[in-house]
Amino acid sequence: MAIDITQFHETFFEESFEGLDIMESGLLNLDTGAADNDTVNSIFRAAHSIKGGSATFGFTEVAEFTHGMETLLDEMRDGSRDVTQTSVDALLQSVDCLREMLAASRDKTPIDTERAAVLKGELEAILASGTNGSTSESTHQEPATPSSESSASHEGWMIKFKPHHDMLRTGNDPVRMFRELGELGELSVVVDISQLPVLDDLDPEESYLSWELTLKSNVEIEKVKEIFEWVEDECDFVISEIKGEATEDSAKENITASIAEGEAASSTPTKPVNAKPATGAKTSASTDSASIRVSIDKVDALINMVGELVITQSMIGQLDCDFDDFDNSRMEKLRDGLTLLERNTRELQESVMRIRMLPISFAFNRFPRMVHDLCQKLDKKIELKTTGEQTELDKTVMEKIGDPLVHLVRNSIDHGIEMPEERLAANKPESGTIELNAFHKGGNIIIEIKDDGAGFNKDRIKEKAIERGLIASDEHLSDDKIYDLIFQPGFSTAEQLSDISGRGVGMDVVKRNIRELGGSIDVTSEEGNGTTFTIRLPLTLAILDGQLVCVGDEIYITPLVSIVESLQIKEEFVNNIAGQTELYKVREDYIPIVRMHDMFGIDVERKGLEGGLLVVVEGDGKKAGLLVDELLGQQQVVIKSLETNYKRVDGVSGATILGDGTVALILDVDGLIDLSRNPPTAGNKPDNLAREVA
Amino acid sequence: MSTAQQIDTNSSVDVMTDTDQYLTFILAGEEYGVDILRVQEIKGWDSVTPIPNTPDYIKGVINLRGTIVPIIDLRHRFSLDEIPYGATTVVIVLKVNNENVKRTMGIVVDAVSDVYNVAAEEMKPPPDFGTISIDYVKGLATVEDKMVIVLEIDKLLNSGVMDSAESLLQ
Repeated sequence: MAIDITQFHETFFEESFEGLDIMESGLLNLDTGAADNDTVNSIFRAAHSIKGGSATFGFTEVAEFTHGMETLLDEMRDGSRDVTQTSVDALLQSVDCLREMLAASRDKTPIDTERAAVLKGELEAILASGTNGSTSESTHQEPATPSSESSASHEGWMIKFKPHHDMLRTGNDPVRMFRELGELGELSVVVDISQLPVLDDLDPEESYLSWELTLKSNVEIEKVKEIFEWVEDECDFVISEIKGEATEDSAKENITASIAEGEAASSTPTKPVNAKPATGAKTSASTDSASIRVSIDKVDALINMVGELVITQSMIGQLDCDFDDFDNSRMEKLRDGLTLLERNTRELQESVMRIRMLPISFAFNRFPRMVHDLCQKLDKKIELKTTGEQTELDKTVMEKIGDPLVHLVRNSIDHGIEMPEERLAANKPESGTIELNAFHKGGNIIIEIKDDGAGFNKDRIKEKAIERGLIASDEHLSDDKIYDLIFQPGFSTAEQLSDISGRGVGMDVVKRNIRELGGSIDVTSEEGNGTTFTIRLPLTLAILDGQLVCVGDEIYITPLVSIVESLQIKEEFVNNIAGQTELYKVREDYIPIVRMHDMFGIDVERKGLEGGLLVVVEGDGKKAGLLVDELLGQQQVVIKSLETNYKRVDGVSGATILGDGTVALILDVDGLIDLSRNPPTAGNKPDNLAREVA
Repeated sequence: MSTAQQIDTNSSVDVMTDTDQYLTFILAGEEYGVDILRVQEIKGWDSVTPIPNTPDYIKGVINLRGTIVPIIDLRHRFSLDEIPYGATTVVIVLKVNNENVKRTMGIVVDAVSDVYNVAAEEMKPPPDFGTISIDYVKGLATVEDKMVIVLEIDKLLNSGVMDSAESLLQ
C-alpha cells in the first residue's frame, strides 16, 4: 500500500511556518537580552522539527540548511556558546532564508541556493569561531566519547539498533534514519532477520528487524545520536566507537543489505519516502492556504451546542402535532421549545462564527521583527508595545488588514519617531514608543497605532496640498480635513524619499483596503507629541446587523453601522437646488435625498415625499438620506455574494436570505451615494444596449 | 459522457458512447436543447427578487438552498414576445462555465420537453439567424422529424448577461 506522502506536505509547511514564527519571536526575545533557557530551547525545538520534517519529505536543501542553524542553537542551548548579537542576527537572517526556501519548496519553484550557501557559510564561520569554556562542553558529553577536537583519531561508530515492535506505528522510518546517517559518512548496514516470522504471521505494521550499522566517519557522537533522537524510547540502541582497524566484519549469518534492500525487507509502508514532491505536481496555483487551525475548545463548544439543538428538536418533536386537541399546555410547551430553539440557533451561530476567529496576535506578530530591523537600519531607538493581542478577528479580515498595518507602522517608524538626538533635544525619552492596541467596541474591533513621535505638521501638509492643487490656497480647513489629506493618492510630506516610506504611495491604498473591509480609519495628531491612527473594522465579513427597509414591494437591507438616524419627512424641511437635487434639512445639515425607487426603478404608489421615511446614512464621510416607504425590523443577516453566480451590481453589496426564504439585497451605502451623484446614463433603459449586444 | 446514464433511467433510447444527450425545452413553439450534463435541476417558476439597474431579461435572483442564483428569461433574451407565466413555465438551473469560473444560473422557458440522444455527426452547423447570433447555437439536430436548436449555453449566458451589464457601466 503506497501512501501519497504529498498529502502531508501542506501540514508540514503549515507547521514549519509556524515553527519559523516561533523561532523568530524567540530570537527577538534573545535579542533584548533575555537569554533564558526556555527561549533557546523552544527555538531549538522548532528548528529541529523543521529539519526532521523536511528530511522526511525529501526537501534535502531545507534540511541541510536547518542543520547548520540547529548546531549553532544546540551549542547555545547547552551553554557552550554565548548568545551574541552576531549569531542572533545570522540566525534571524537564516530564518528569513529558510522561510523563502520553504515557500519555494511549497510552490515548487527553484530554491535560491546562493543565498542559502552564503548564510550557511556565515553560520559555519560562527561555529568555527569556537565555543567558550571547553569545560562546559565536556560535561555534556559522555566520558567515553572523545571531545570534538580529538574526534579525528577514531574511525567511526558502530551502532546496534533494534527497534521495538511498534516503532513503525509512530511513523518513524529506519530507512530515512539510515539515509541521514549515510550522509555523515560511509555507512554499511547489516540487517538481522532472525526475528522475521513466516509470511502468514507477518504483521506489516510491526518491525521485526534489527540492524548493525557501521559508520566510517569522524563526526561527533551527538550528530549520530541526534538522528535517533526521535526513536530513543522505542528501540534498543547502543552506540560504540570503532578504533583503528577494529572494524569487525559482522560475521553473523546475516544478509548484508543495502539501504534500498533494507527498505524492501522491512516490509513496512515506507515506499512513499521516494515519492518526491515532483510527482505530486498538482495545481500549484492555490498556494493560499485555505485551512484554519481551530482550538479544540471551540470545536467542543460547537459539538455541545449541536447536542443541545438535537435535544430541543426532539422536545418539539414529542409534541404530537394532532391539532384537534392542541390544548393550552401543549401550546405552552411549543412556545418554550421555540424559545429554546431560538437560543440554540443563536448560540450555534456564534460558535460557528468563532471558528473563523483568530487572535489578532497573528497580525501583530510580525511587528517586533520589523521594528527591530528598521531601527537598526535607521539608527533609531523604538520600543514596541502591544496590547489586546488576544482580541479575535475574522480570518479574512485579518489577512486583509496585515498590509495596511505594516504600512502604518512603517510610516510611524520612518516619519513619526525622531532620531534619538532630536528626541533628547525635545525633552523626550531617547527611545520612542509605538503602541499597537486592539480592542472591541460596540460590535467593531478597533486597532490603534500610536506613536510618540513628531506628529503631523499641519502647515506642511497644507502647503503640500496647495502645491499639488488639492486645495485652494485660501481654503480654511478643520484639523480633521487636513489630516484627511494624507489619504489622498500621491501625497507625501517626507522631504527625503527613502526605501522605507515616503513615496506617498500607500496611505490612499491603506484607506481603500480598510474601506473594502467595511471599516474606517481616523487619524489624530498633536504636533510634537505623536500621531494616533484608529482603524475600525467589522468583526466579521459573514454577518451583518441590518435594518430592513421597504421600497414599494421590495425589501432591502441597510447596514446598521451606516445608519445615522431615521426620520419622517416633513415637507417644510425639503429644499431644492435648481429644481433637481433635493436637500433635506436635518438640524444644521443639508442632506441630499436619494429617492430609492427612482434609483432602483421600482414602481411605488406614493409619488411625493410626504409620508415617506428618510434613512440618513453616512458612507465615506458623506451623508445622504435614503427615501424609503417603511422601516421593518432589525436583524442579523448572513451575507451572500451576488458575484458567485452573477456579478457586482452598483449600489448593492450582496444579498441575503430572509426568514421566509426569499432573497433580499443588501444596500451598499457608499456605492449608492456615488450612484446618486452620477447615475448611469443607460441605467433607465438597460435592455436597449443589451439587445445591441445580443 | 458516460455519466449520462443516471439521468437516462426512464428514457427508452439506448445509451451510446459517441452520442450526447440533450434536454429539450419549448420556447415560442420551437424546441431548444441544452447538454444534459449541464442541467443541475428543473424547478417550477417562483417569484424572484429583482436586481436594480440590470437588463430586462434578468428577472432577478432566487434562493436555491442558500445560494443566490440569477434567473434569465430566455424569451426576453431572444427578444420574443412576453407571455404570462403559466403552469408549465419552469426554471432550468444550469451550470455555466465562464473562463474557469463555474456559475449557476437559471433560465425561464415555456416548458420542458424531452431528452434526446444526438450523435455528433447528426448535428448540423447553424445557418445565419436574424435575431440571435449564431455564436449561441451549437448546431441543429433533427429528432423524429423535428428540428432541435442546440444552444451553446456558456456563450449565451455569459456574453449576454455578464458583458452587456458591464458595458452599461461605461
